[in-house]
Amino acid sequence: MDPRSAIIPKRMESVRRIIAVAAGKGGVGKSSIACGLALALHDLGYGVGLLDLDFYGPSAHVILGVREDIRPQEEYGILPPTVDGIKFMSLVYYASEHPVPLRGLDLTNALIELLAITCWGPLDFLIIDMPPGLGEATLDLIRLLPRAEFLVVTTPSRVALATVRKLIELLKQQRVSLLGVLLNMQHADSSSLVISLEVPLLEALPFDPQWEAALGDRARLVRTLVYGRLREVAQKIQKIII
Amino acid sequence: MHEWALAEAVVATARRFAQEQKLHEVTLIKVRLGELQRIEREIFTAVLQQLLQQEAAPLKSARLSIEIESARFRCRLCAREWSLDETSASPEECEAIHFIPEMAHVYLRCLDCSSPDFEIVQGRGVWLAGLEGM
Repeated sequence: MDPRSAIIPKRMESVRRIIAVAAGKGGVGKSSIACGLALALHDLGYGVGLLDLDFYGPSAHVILGVREDIRPQEEYGILPPTVDGIKFMSLVYYASEHPVPLRGLDLTNALIELLAITCWGPLDFLIIDMPPGLGEATLDLIRLLPRAEFLVVTTPSRVALATVRKLIELLKQQRVSLLGVLLNMQHADSSSLVISLEVPLLEALPFDPQWEAALGDRARLVRTLVYGRLREVAQKIQKIII
Repeated sequence: MHEWALAEAVVATARRFAQEQKLHEVTLIKVRLGELQRIEREIFTAVLQQLLQQEAAPLKSARLSIEIESARFRCRLCAREWSLDETSASPEECEAIHFIPEMAHVYLRCLDCSSPDFEIVQGRGVWLAGLEGM
């Protein structure tokens, strides 16, 4: 019998809210939003953790500018290093920049191991940067962290909307808490496209060329237009009671 | 040490299983340690004993049986099988595998075709192999 799942609730017992930032497909800015939201919540005075579960394409460490020599400490488990005030956990501490070719069962095993050994301590918010789509990580998270609230990211592209519709349908079928939709890289009048998703639109974010230039530099990230809007999202989220 | 976190998982699972089976006393907890994760049996035994001392009935008096299971791999491309002894990894790579055994797919390769697409047939990590009690 696999003992690891039984300890996950204890690892999360001091985490007040878990927010999974998810998308139907890649390339919609999910990781940027997860990182920006984590920074914004921290700047509002909350204790924040960030977990990068996008094992195939981790990028939160690039956005936050995590130094290559930073490693988690061991003490009755693994302690996530604090980066710019945020407790940050990722597989990149162990895989560096090598590819991580995992099939489904291996991915599930790595995810369970990470959740079982990571000791977050008290947090107001744990933000999870999810991989895109409806694969193992999404299903495992619904199973292992049933109180996670999902924040769904899409762009106005019909391609993105077609995939995110499937994700939302799955989350509703599984009775997962849905915080709402973030429309990223908005263009004129695109907000109306989200109405068909039948989920509250939390915010529409413009395409912000400053964001790319600010990657890896917290001081510059928080001066971007996108960060300003994510701070508004953070203020909305703190008031939402699921 | 992160062995503590895994030992806590074993105790939590044993406690839950004992409750489900309505056991008044667990007499033996059997654990298998996968060779791939390179967890020292002596360290894991000491940690588990320490955790069990903090438990009430039915786990408090349980004895421990901890075995090491050798690791075996099978390539999904060419079907070659091999053992951990036949592989080579640096201390840093072994440490990564120690924390997350699936890092084997990052640092180990099939001995014949160099594919990372292999199955960990046995000996992955910590496994609660059984409980005895009354």
